[in-house]
Amino acid sequence: MDPGHTEPAGTPHPGVPAAPGHDLAALLKHSARGDRAAFADLYDATSRRVYGLALRVVRDPAQAEEVAQEAYLEIWRTASRYDPERGSAVSWLLTIAHRKAVDRVRSAEAAARRDETYHHRNQPVDHDATAEAAHASLEARRVRAALAGLTDVQREAIELAYFGGYTHTEVAGLLDLPVGTAKTRIRDGLIRLRDTIGVGG
Amino acid sequence: MNDVHALSGAYAVDALDPAERALFEEHLDGCETCRAEVESLREAAATLADDAAVAPPAGLRDRVLAEIQTVRPLPPVTTAPASNVSVLRPRRWRPWTAATLVAAAAAVLAVVVTTTVWQPWADEEPALTAAEQVLEADDAVRASQEFPDGSRATVVLSRSEGRAVILTEDMAPAPSGKDYELWLQTPAGDMEPAGLMPDDSDATVVLDGDASEATGVGITVEPDGGSPEPSTPPIAVFDLSEA
Repeated sequence: MDPGHTEPAGTPHPGVPAAPGHDLAALLKHSARGDRAAFADLYDATSRRVYGLALRVVRDPAQAEEVAQEAYLEIWRTASRYDPERGSAVSWLLTIAHRKAVDRVRSAEAAARRDETYHHRNQPVDHDATAEAAHASLEARRVRAALAGLTDVQREAIELAYFGGYTHTEVAGLLDLPVGTAKTRIRDGLIRLRDTIGVGG
Repeated sequence: MNDVHALSGAYAVDALDPAERALFEEHLDGCETCRAEVESLREAAATLADDAAVAPPAGLRDRVLAEIQTVRPLPPVTTAPASNVSVLRPRRWRPWTAATLVAAAAAVLAVVVTTTVWQPWADEEPALTAAEQVLEADDAVRASQEFPDGSRATVVLSRSEGRAVILTEDMAPAPSGKDYELWLQTPAGDMEPAGLMPDDSDATVVLDGDASEATGVGITVEPDGGSPEPSTPPIAVFDLSEA
């Protein structure tokens, strides 16, 4: 899979190929020089993933918008720190977005909310997201296929960590695993996911 | 179980608690294997977002593009140290004036003659590892000041590390019953307590707290044990707002 692939810019039809010139690394480089038009292109090419990720983690659309906005602000502010030698632009972007989302969900949880059960935490998302899933893009289908190649525990551990924002210790508790084994499952699962999809080479 | 490398997967998906994260990031500094692995696992994790993609509300685009108008992108990392020598900037510490600052500095810092060679790495305290991370960070910027008594202080900030370090040379100890207290200034102008300076004439101190957004560092003289807010005009101000 091409790590630099971009999502279609603002189109409701996920199958439409991205416009040429959407090299995210180049857009980041221009953004770093203050090129707001380039940054707008970057936003258009990535906002569905950034917002969608935030929404899966924080679960509240209003907060997801705030998280996405914070993420894009940091992406704009630190664009010059992106090093193409170290990984793809989309991974760099989503790492920022993910960290913001996890920080939000952990800080938003007061001690009382931390008592919520696993099931309460995993209420179904709103219908818009479900409808979105029905129009699965090629990339989404590819990920789901790759995830199917993981063991149940690996997949659940990764989903709880990545989308649930839980620490690996909490994941172990939620999945009834011995303390310390969740981090191994997460690592093994990510390695298998990486090798199946063919990124991070 | 004690193998720190095993944390790489959890780290790649932000599934470490703050203590483990700090431990692993310290490890990452010296382990290229783990750095490469974390990068590749982050690439894998990023593909998960493909399955979660949802069109954001239309208003978000306008808000994002409006917000970036007021924020300047950080300049690229340079290999040479940034020439960020700063003079006292009393504006940021309203209502104190330059005259007050200079007077305060002269009153507080006695003349100290010393033959101590400045060796910031002479101490073997654990805190130095965090300090070295800041000092050697790609995005480290420095602001230095010399004081009337010949002492010198340098603040080094790495926004990527989220930490600031202060290096002092020939600093006189605080007057008896007092401590030098360090402060991180937030973009909103608040002064956050960032720890006390030790009595050593030459010291390397990592400031407490997250410096990733800090617009300045200050030093004040406080009663022994420090204060939650500055109670005196600062004796030194390091302007990091352009860094």
